[in-house]
Amino acid sequence: MWDMLSWLPENVSTYGGEIDSLFYIIYYITGVAFLLVAGAMIAFVIMYRHREGRRAKYLHGNTILEITWTVVTALIFIVLAFMSQPLWGRIKQEVPPTDLQVRVTGKQFNWEIVYPGPDGKFDTADDLQVDNELHVPVNRPVHVFLASKDVIHSFFLPQLRLKQDAVPGRVIQAWFQATKTGRYEIPCAELCGFGHSGMLGYLTVYSPEEYSKWVKEKWPSR
Amino acid sequence: MTESAGVQAAHGAHAHHEELGFVRTYVFSTDHKMIGRQFLFLGLFMLVIGGLLAMMMRWQLGWPETPVPGMRWVPEPYMFEGIIPPQTYNSLFTMHATIMIFFAVMPIMIGCFGNFLIPLMIGARDMAFPVLNMLSFWTGMVGGVVMLAGFFVPGGHAASGWTAYAPLSASAIYTGVDWGQNLWNISLIIVGASSLMGSINYITTIINMRAPGMTWFRLPLVIWSLFITAILLLLALPVLTAALAMLLADRMLGTHFFLPAGGGEPLLWQHLFWYFGHPEVYVLVLPAMGVTSDVLSTFSRKPIFGYRAMAMSMISIGFLSWIVWGHHMFLSGMNPALGTAFMMSTMVIAVPSAIKTFNWLGTLWGGSIRLTTPMLNALAFVAIFVIGGLSGVFMASTPVDIFIHDTYFIVAHFHYVVAGIVFGLFAAVYYWFPKMFGRMMNETLGKIHFVLTFIFFNATFFPMHFLGAGGHMRRIWNPMQYEFLQHFQPMNQFISVSAFILGVSQILFLVNFFWSLFAGKKAEVNPWHANTLEWAAPSPPPHGNWGEHLPVVHHGPYEYSVPGVEEDYLPQTTPHALPVTAGH
Repeated sequence: MWDMLSWLPENVSTYGGEIDSLFYIIYYITGVAFLLVAGAMIAFVIMYRHREGRRAKYLHGNTILEITWTVVTALIFIVLAFMSQPLWGRIKQEVPPTDLQVRVTGKQFNWEIVYPGPDGKFDTADDLQVDNELHVPVNRPVHVFLASKDVIHSFFLPQLRLKQDAVPGRVIQAWFQATKTGRYEIPCAELCGFGHSGMLGYLTVYSPEEYSKWVKEKWPSR
Repeated sequence: MTESAGVQAAHGAHAHHEELGFVRTYVFSTDHKMIGRQFLFLGLFMLVIGGLLAMMMRWQLGWPETPVPGMRWVPEPYMFEGIIPPQTYNSLFTMHATIMIFFAVMPIMIGCFGNFLIPLMIGARDMAFPVLNMLSFWTGMVGGVVMLAGFFVPGGHAASGWTAYAPLSASAIYTGVDWGQNLWNISLIIVGASSLMGSINYITTIINMRAPGMTWFRLPLVIWSLFITAILLLLALPVLTAALAMLLADRMLGTHFFLPAGGGEPLLWQHLFWYFGHPEVYVLVLPAMGVTSDVLSTFSRKPIFGYRAMAMSMISIGFLSWIVWGHHMFLSGMNPALGTAFMMSTMVIAVPSAIKTFNWLGTLWGGSIRLTTPMLNALAFVAIFVIGGLSGVFMASTPVDIFIHDTYFIVAHFHYVVAGIVFGLFAAVYYWFPKMFGRMMNETLGKIHFVLTFIFFNATFFPMHFLGAGGHMRRIWNPMQYEFLQHFQPMNQFISVSAFILGVSQILFLVNFFWSLFAGKKAEVNPWHANTLEWAAPSPPPHGNWGEHLPVVHHGPYEYSVPGVEEDYLPQTTPHALPVTAGH
């Protein structure tokens, strides 16, 4: 209950584990920092409480101490920044190649999902458009092209540790690779109007066989 | 020397104030102390309104779609027999934040304490521009009336969040809110003008009207904090005002600054808003840091640890706060490389905040600590600020932010930072109440209020970290609509019950405040045995503050427990040769 980490939803994406590890590291660093500061505070309040006949120290500071804690704090933050950057780069900038692409367009208050079909190209006759149902195979990267028809929405896959705003007027690429089959919710995470709460799609992650079956069902002519 | 004597003589002549009538004394007053009190009453009134809005939200989150007790009188479509519909819920959180930020924390911490303390603590008779000061308050009042009027227009109040992200906010078709959002915009433009007048006044006064001997590094840290706050406001508000005017033009004049259909750019709003919005966070928190520094030193009976580092860290926050706004936008679609840059600057700005915390601890170390009500609140501010600062590290890290962005983790974080300001606020009220109103507040009642507030503040906001770690989105009307959030229902109810007790506990504060106003023990000139200049003026100070002569300052504000001085304090007005110590 009091362990923050136990509340994280099950992770089912390739990079999700790395995000969680970073979360853990920051949790432990900040946890220790908090215990030290809070402990010192409580200790000082007890040790140095007012007592008759004792005067406070007449002291304006300690240059060496001040330099030390400034440098140590700065170093911790620099290390954290350099630990974060490569992962951010892998998630946002080094998108792995794939032949699985899907367009997700937010609209008040649904996710409109377009599959390019067997030809792999959008805006052709074999495109399939459905609302709120995203079907992908397990263990393969999927590219998501996010857009919006009206206001800003945010495409959120809690179990895959993916969140990305969908902004009208631009197409934003995101990607994920699911590591476990199942059905997961896709809430909208950016306030988008009175129907924001309950704007919800579903991600279905299939095993390779099930996925082929689903493809056959949707595009029987091929 | 002759120059300062001349200035003093001029001020002496100015000191002969004529008797003013009721209206000039209590309504259209140009006395900084009365304007300060006016801001305090405005802020407390709005604090109650903003708090009640939060209580209604917590009802909906704890017991979704059940009637809020006592609210059946609200007509449809705003509520249905007391049940809160989604649109109204969106208005509730939008207005809770807007009112708390612009009409509660800012009027109290900056409007009230800025006005009341600056002239008194620097040894001036009033603000540099007393009439502008009066205008600042009354402009703020007009802004407040316009903001409250939004609750009574068809379509309901603004419902696009306090951040008013375009295009949601830029056209009535997306929210169904027409005049509510327009009035929201207009009110914030008006109240921005009010803050601008105030900040010009604060900056001018602090630069020009310090008493003889009051050098920059003899200023109390609360004055430093207000000075930097005023500069941030002066530079940030025009950006917000411009953005609000563009948004209003999109809504009312058919422009397309933020509407992509006409070639506009939704992200432009976010950049402009957060370019204001992040310095705004420091605008809110810096004065509370200043108050905390003063209160901790006074009740530790010990000089503040690292005075210059404290002042310098606030100055560096003042600079750095302009280059971190993009950390609100990691997932907005902005270039990921820019995300890295903003992560770096955000990690950097954490350093001065950490320095302040360590210096507060250093101040306690070796002190002779008196746990008065203001001191307890100041200690709580430090503890709460530490949690808020540390939880900020999670979202500063770009990959972690992917998961926790727009979840309750953020809600927990910014309540620890921004709602934690109430502890600075209470510290300030309990501490300066005697000077403001000439009477003491009740200590026992104050301590009970503190304990309840501290416990239930944490019981309310700490579990929100867990919700956020579980992926619980913010700004959702009914978490039960989601499979993966079902297991949070008991926790949401726990938070709601805590929030209600937190809210009810504030009645103790209001009772103490108003009872003490009329029946509190009469305050001495310097009840806390503090050093700063305001405690050399009568309680409450008369119009013009100082009698015939301005106070003369001989040393810094935190000379407590000076060896060789019998008392454990040494007011800034008392001449005394100080021993040389390390770090001084």
